[in-house]
Amino acid sequence: MDAIYKKLLDIVGEDYVSNQNEELFTYSKDLGTSDPKWPDYVVAPKTTEEVSRIVKLANEENLAVVPLGGGLSLAGLALPLKGGIELDLKRMDQILELNEQDRYIILEAGASHGKLTAYLEKNTPHLKHSEPGAPPAATIGGNLAIHGQGDLGHPYGFNSDMINGLEVVLPSGEICRFGSCALGNDWYTMHPLPDLNMFMGWSGSTGIITKVSLRLFPCKKIQEQDALVLDDADLVPEVLFKLTHIGMAEDIIVVSQEIPPPFNRLHYILINLAGDTNLELEFKRQLIFDTHLSSYIQEGRAGIGASGQDIQRPVVSKTSDWRKGGGFEYVGAIVPISSYPKCYRHGVEVSGRHHIPYTTLGRVLGTGHSMMFSWTFAFNRADEETVRHAREALHETDKEVLKMGGTLWKPAVFGQKILMDQMDCATLQLMQKVKHMLDPNGIMNPGNWEVS
Amino acid sequence: MELTEEYKYMDVIHRCFRCGYCKFPQDWEDVDNCPSYARYRLESYSNGGRLWLIRAWIRGEIPWSEHLANIVYSCVACKNCEEKCPLSFAGDIVNMVVAARNLMVEQGLVAPPVKQYLEKVQLHGNPWGLGANKRKQWMGDLSVESYQGQDYLYFVGSEGAYDSRAQKATRALAEILQNAGVSFGVLGSEETDDGNEAELLGEDGLVEVLAEKNISKFNETGVKKIITLSPHAYNALKNIYPRFGGNFEVYHYTQLLAELLKAERFQAPKLDSVKITFHDPCFLGRWNNEYRAPRKVLQALGGTQLIEMGRNRESALCCGGGSANYFMDLLGGSPDSPARIRVRQARETGADILAVACPNCLTMLEDAVKVEGFESELIVKDISEILNEY
Repeated sequence: MDAIYKKLLDIVGEDYVSNQNEELFTYSKDLGTSDPKWPDYVVAPKTTEEVSRIVKLANEENLAVVPLGGGLSLAGLALPLKGGIELDLKRMDQILELNEQDRYIILEAGASHGKLTAYLEKNTPHLKHSEPGAPPAATIGGNLAIHGQGDLGHPYGFNSDMINGLEVVLPSGEICRFGSCALGNDWYTMHPLPDLNMFMGWSGSTGIITKVSLRLFPCKKIQEQDALVLDDADLVPEVLFKLTHIGMAEDIIVVSQEIPPPFNRLHYILINLAGDTNLELEFKRQLIFDTHLSSYIQEGRAGIGASGQDIQRPVVSKTSDWRKGGGFEYVGAIVPISSYPKCYRHGVEVSGRHHIPYTTLGRVLGTGHSMMFSWTFAFNRADEETVRHAREALHETDKEVLKMGGTLWKPAVFGQKILMDQMDCATLQLMQKVKHMLDPNGIMNPGNWEVS
Repeated sequence: MELTEEYKYMDVIHRCFRCGYCKFPQDWEDVDNCPSYARYRLESYSNGGRLWLIRAWIRGEIPWSEHLANIVYSCVACKNCEEKCPLSFAGDIVNMVVAARNLMVEQGLVAPPVKQYLEKVQLHGNPWGLGANKRKQWMGDLSVESYQGQDYLYFVGSEGAYDSRAQKATRALAEILQNAGVSFGVLGSEETDDGNEAELLGEDGLVEVLAEKNISKFNETGVKKIITLSPHAYNALKNIYPRFGGNFEVYHYTQLLAELLKAERFQAPKLDSVKITFHDPCFLGRWNNEYRAPRKVLQALGGTQLIEMGRNRESALCCGGGSANYFMDLLGGSPDSPARIRVRQARETGADILAVACPNCLTMLEDAVKVEGFESELIVKDISEILNEY
């Protein structure tokens, strides 16, 4: 028996390690346009201690370790670019502690957002977390490792700003805690200790997030979605500025897409509102539509797209079937809201050139401080030509984002490279030093955020 | 002919995005509502992983192996994936798996447990490899008429006839029908396996033989209406047999009992303050959309409280026994075996009885209760047994 396989088997048990072709094939594939990259082993640990032992083994054997959550980044960020051990963290999925009074929950990083949503609905329906637009299989740790956002992005920003504590297995195998939990206290805050959180946005290349204390927020009893429709992209930033000034929404998203036809060339500003009473909800609705946005409607520059609708969870997977082909990938970028019009126009142009129905989406982050803007490119997995077009559209968009002054979000290796090429030298060197200090053997998700 | 030309779903299988909805129940409680993924927790055992592997094998990207066959056959065809997949081809997910099995069977590329199962059914008409004369063993000292033109044929099925645990349910149902004055008879040693599992295992030729043999016997004896003990047999007789010219009025026994109760043909017993939870069998629920009949029967019991598990109806977790896995046990041997997860869910309700309406579920879940050490707290009973014993 392969000696490394035997050692991994001793750590996690025979059911949860494989070096067989079928598992290696499965984990070699990403859902997006990335080429397959084969691991040497697939391992699914159950505990932090197991993760620690695996990482120590990887150091001894000079093997790469690639942590995987839901595998839904679509950008190939958890592909084993240099082989080694693919670490599927989804067995680490326990919800460990709910603290209602102090509004946080501690859970293992492999727990899915779907599981957390269901748990909160059942056990504490007056609290919620910021649920990403990804399918429910997206994991808590994976979402943080890429600086994800969710449906509380408008009032509270990035999900990675909603952490009260972290446990991380460092590239050395040491288990480290951050925040109040590092003092042996409850997991109620990350601040005000000196900031050592060097794991968000690194896609697992500086350590493996194993436990998280996540902030919870009030979940009002009644939720609804309203929509304002505009045909002028240039008007969107102005309307968003007003909406974020009012500060009544929980989530503000602008969608424009070719399919279905009613969305084509229009901009649907979806506004999620919540209230504990109908009176509260009506007050918010009146403030938004009657007081602040009515002039746009009266002047014929905007219309009510929907009012008082139930909030449907997004089912982004459907995008993968637009070309009857099981695939899509998107470029995400953090941009100023004022960039919306040019972001949208680029989406229409690049998609048209690559024969892909255009899909753009912007989510307001914070009080209008920035926006996550995404350009989605569907492809047919069985038609290499459409995959090529999608890949080219992604790369062109990556470049365009930087040209527009945007910052790529969870970029694939191509995007990481052009982003680092443009980065301030001192910042880049600091990234390199941080990475080398934490991971001197370069075993953690190598190929990602590698400063050349 | 190339596999890509032979495979019926080549134009669809690449459309699975592997987004993972298929692992969840309706309320997203956890990713363990796909039995094989729950058991192994590797993406290769999720339905998305399985479909991608099948496509790779058919396209020649990976060779066949026994491990691949085990992954393909570890799907218990519970249809949880079809219930949860948001894409338009959802209704063909199990078909895509079965079509791959068709090709594996045609090429003789199945794993040993599957081969043994199919061989025994082919040679003996049942997966136990026992003689047809033992099909009547379940009756014991109970006198049951042979079918001779009565109103109903009571189709016992292989599990009901041969499995020692299931035999008790088979007998209980016969007694209930007799007490209710239902005119019925059985085929005894003339009955053969219903073929439901052979169909799911991809052995189309065997399905045809089994169906034609049963249909021929039904026609020969003038059968019009059939009661089945097993939802698997119910599915075969109702949905597979018409393909071979067998069109009969088929009832799962809970459907008939619900009607008899409504017509006051018999009275459900009064129990002494018992809490019951019900496990939906996949071949009654997700396969045939029958969720009400078993509940109507249970609700007719006096002195009982029916407590639903969190995952019920369309979201019920399969016992792991479908697609002949009650026999082959590809998902056994772990605390994460679906039957063990399911009895833990049942225990959480505080129920005294875990009621089932399927002989496969009965065996799978009772074994799981023993392994989990719940015997003193939770009894697994078929609905027929509850009605007959109390």
